[in-house]
Order: sequence, then C-alpha cells, then structure tokens
Amino acid sequence: MTRTKRRTGRRHPFVFFGLLLLGLILTGGAYAAVSDDARARASVDANSQHTIDEGKKLFQANCATCHGLQAQGSGTAPSLIGVGAASVDFQVGTGRMPMAANGPQAPEKPPQFTDEQIAELAAYVASLAPGPVIPDASLTSGGGDAAKGAELFRINCAMCHNVAGAGGALTEGKYAPSLESTSGTHIYEAMVTGPQNMPVFNDLTISPESKRDIITYLKYTQENSSPGGYALASLGPVAEGLFIWIFGLGVIIAVTVWITAKSN
Amino acid sequence: MAHDDHSGTDIAAASSDAHDPLVSPGTALVVADPFENPGFPPHRPRVTDTNPQREKRAQRTVTVLFYLSILGSVWAIAAYMLFPIETNDMASVRTNNLLIGLGATLALLAVGFGVVHWGKALMADVELVDERHAVGGTEKSRVAAAQIFADANRESGFSRRTMIRRSLFGALIAFPLPAVVLFRGFAPQDKDPVHLLNHTMWKKGTRLTLDPSGAPIKAADVTLGSAVHVIPEGLAEMTEGKLEEKAKAAVLLMRLEPSALNELPERKDWSYSGIVAYSKICTHVGCPVALYEQQTHHLLCPCHQSQFDVANHCEVIFGPAKRPLPQLPITVDDEGYLVAQSDFHEPVGPSFWERSA
Repeated sequence: MTRTKRRTGRRHPFVFFGLLLLGLILTGGAYAAVSDDARARASVDANSQHTIDEGKKLFQANCATCHGLQAQGSGTAPSLIGVGAASVDFQVGTGRMPMAANGPQAPEKPPQFTDEQIAELAAYVASLAPGPVIPDASLTSGGGDAAKGAELFRINCAMCHNVAGAGGALTEGKYAPSLESTSGTHIYEAMVTGPQNMPVFNDLTISPESKRDIITYLKYTQENSSPGGYALASLGPVAEGLFIWIFGLGVIIAVTVWITAKSN
Repeated sequence: MAHDDHSGTDIAAASSDAHDPLVSPGTALVVADPFENPGFPPHRPRVTDTNPQREKRAQRTVTVLFYLSILGSVWAIAAYMLFPIETNDMASVRTNNLLIGLGATLALLAVGFGVVHWGKALMADVELVDERHAVGGTEKSRVAAAQIFADANRESGFSRRTMIRRSLFGALIAFPLPAVVLFRGFAPQDKDPVHLLNHTMWKKGTRLTLDPSGAPIKAADVTLGSAVHVIPEGLAEMTEGKLEEKAKAAVLLMRLEPSALNELPERKDWSYSGIVAYSKICTHVGCPVALYEQQTHHLLCPCHQSQFDVANHCEVIFGPAKRPLPQLPITVDDEGYLVAQSDFHEPVGPSFWERSA
C-alpha cells in the first residue's frame, strides 16, 4: 500500500466549492432582501385617476383581447364588470391571468406583472362597477380561532381542497389547487369572488371573522408539520396504501428472499 | 424422523415400515411408476466453510448486529427519557414516538438479521430430508380411539339417558338467544325503520340554516355562483340523535342563473329565482356530494366519482349512481328567509330493500 501526497497547491481543494457556495448564498440573500423591499413599496393610491388610467392602459394592452376593450367580455372570456379589485388581485396576483393557453382551467404560475401594475389593473376594474374589494390585512394574516376555522373548512372547503388543504381532482381535468403555499389575502379573495369553478362564499355565508378563522387554520397547517409523521403530500389513504403496497411489501419480499436463499 | 443421509437414494425405504415402499408417505395415491428420486444436488461449500478469514468476518458481523440490538434497546430507553411528551405539543409526541420506535426497531431487526445471518453463514451446512408422517394412524391406534368413545358413551350414558341428553340440547339452543334479543335493542324500538328512512327533518316552513351555526339564510344573501351547506332549522341545537338527522337532512344550496336552470314542469315552483336545494347524500352509497363546480354546474361525489348536473335537475351524468339527487322544494317566508315547502318527495340516499320509489 503506497500513499501519494494529494496536496499539490497552497489551497485546500474544497476552498473553491466553499467560495462558490458563499457567493450563491450572498447573491440569493441580497436578492430576497431587495425583492421583499420592492413588494413592500408597491402601495399605490387605488382611488387616484392616474392609477385608474395606468390600469386602463395595461388592461387594453394585456387583457382586452379576450375580455373586450370595455371589459364587457366575449365568447371566450367573462365580463369583468363588477368582479371587483379582489378578483383582479387574485387572478393576476397568482399568475392565473393572463392565461397562457386554453385548458380545463387556468393554472397558477409566476405572476406576469409587478405588484404595482396589479394594483393599477385592480383599480381600473374596480372603477367599472362596485365589487368585492381587496381585504384588509387584519382579516388575512391569521390571529383568529384555528379550531373554529378548521370546522368551517371541513364543512365548506375540505371536500374539494382536501382536509389538509392539499388540493384534489375535480371532473374533466379540473382540480381544486393546493392551499399549502397560498397567501392569506389570496385565500380570502378566492372565497369572496369564486374564481373559475370555485363557488362564491360571500360575507353572509361565511362572515369575515369566520374567513379569518379559516385562514388561521390554513396558516396553522402550513406552519406546523403533521404530528403523525411523514404525511405523503397529505393525499390520504390512496397514496398511503400505494406507498405501503410498493415499499412495505417490497421490503418484506426482499427479506423473505434473503432468508430463504442459500448462503454464498 | 429426520435422517441424515447425503446420498438421498433410499428415502422411500427409510420411511415408515408399515407401508408399501412405492407409496409416498403422506399421500393416499398409489403410483405405479413413480419418478425416480433425483436426490440432492451436489453439495456446494460456502465461502465461510472454505475461507477462515470470511468465517471470522461473518462471526464479527453477527456479533456486531447483536451489539447494535443492545444499542437500540438502550437508545429506546434514552429517547423515552430525553424526548418526553410535552403537554399540548404535538411535535414532541412525534419526536418521542419516532425516536423510541427507531430504537425498538433497531433492537428487534438487529437480533433478527443477526440470527438469520448466523444460521445461514456459520451454522452447520448439511442437506437433509425431514420425513413426513403417514396421514392415517395404525389399525391399533384407530381401534383404541374408537374404544375411548364407546367407553365414554357407556360410562356417561349419553345415548341411554335420553332425558338428560335432550335437556342439554335445549340448554345449548337457548344459550345464544339473549344475544339475539340484545342485538335487537340496537335497532329503533318503537319506530318503523322504513318510515325513518323515508322521511327527514324537513317539513313545510322549516327554515334553511347554515351549517354549523344554524343561522337562517335570506334569499337575497345568496350570491350568484354560491354553494351553501345547509341544515334544517333546529338541528344545530339538537343534543340527541343530531348526527342521525343530519345524515339524512343535509342539503346543498346553490344559486344559478335562472336561465341556466332546466327545470321539470312539475318542479317549476321548487326553486326560488335560481336558488335550488338538493340533498347532499349520494344516491349510490350515501357519501356527501358537495364538490360543486359553479361554472359547469356539476356536482361530483368524491367517493366513486358519480356526477350530477345541477342545471338538469341533478340527473346522473357519470358514475355508478342510479338516481338523481332528491330535490328539496323551497320558497321564501314573509321575512325573506328561505324555507322548505315540504319534506323531500322521495327517500334520500342509497336504495334500501323496502324503498317504494
């Protein structure tokens, strides 16, 4: 056994990777800090005529092809008169609009506009006719009764969105999306406006305080891991059964083969 | 009966002497030309037999596995003490269970794997035949067994003392009767179960209320595109039999564009300006059907994917359900609250034997 000396230069061979990692962390961290800043700054005056005019320009350039120049709708897209600022903030803020392609439903994707542009679009659509407004942060940042919210969620939402908010399939390619990373504001707006095939839950069906409770419950599930161990994406008994069939039985078969095989 | 002959040629001869050597022991079938016993395959020594180094290594592996098992047991005890379950902290329950479980798993698995590895790699490696017993006993033992029964019958007088025998049969037949009567107590006592299945809490004038609060619903408050989960007035305050009633009376209230509704002529006045109420209980096996798509007006049952078209009086458009969901006729009262016109006009939920419609 001979051992050659590995070190050839002054530096340790892992220094390069260490520096690379450090650089990536610094860049990413700086980006996250700056973009958080940008989001915080995007507060525009929704009532000023200037904002509405800017929103109208954006609308005519990006939305009017389907929704019509006056937002009156067309054969392929609904009218946006009276859908309110909440609807725009939800649809554009989650990237669902503008829609990339026709399909069973508009999927969530990275937002195509800045927060400022979304606010301008919302101000324009809200100026057409009264509709649901963007909810106040006091209703969307939790702080309610998570247990009551869980009961309301099980009665009103869990049949489509799954009791853990993991989402689920509907008919003909449609699906209820996962709520595991959805913001409180977007959850509230979806309940008020009923986007796509989701029914509307207005403030008389589920009061604003109850909506806050539901958001509190969802935030609780987002922030706390499952006490029962690995949740397998919360897909329920089908995923768990498949897992145990494939891996549990697989391990048992492998051990059986090992026990009965003749030793080498 | 085990017998240690490596050649394996005289298995049949070595079996029970009371039998024809051509008959395989344990089978009643006499085979005239049995296959010739091929015997054992040639003995192949293991590496642990030929290489003393490998034998040492196997020995070490087994020992290490047993020590690992000790480690696992000690770890399980340590985990129990170091990661206790804190009150109101579900995460601590998980940590506690996980770490104790991992220790116990290691303790058991290591012993199991160690013993199997020991047996396979180190214990004596010889092929041998474990002979079967013949299925039938000898003539002598059969006669002796029959004699025991005959003696017992004679001594107890079971066939002779008919009075005792019959009373014993009677006692054995009477013994399960209390269980049957007690089971009857689980069913509704003084009520007709068919009537219970045919009717729900809804009756003329019952207000539609929100689940779970029980607040009444104004027709004007139901926005277009809404789906509201509804229970009958009074159910929220019930203390006894609440779930039984809810299981039958649960209703889903939806508001569609009145022009989108295609109503049957005899049900023209069952809705109120586009607001319709349908039983939430699937007509297939009774799951709650509540996956409502407000644009397609389809209701999906999550259990077996039956689909109902709300715009077309909830007719079945897909899946195993055979009947449409029963519709609850609704209207508004003087104060503008939604009320039922009557009970459902047919039994809700899946079929049952006595179902008339």
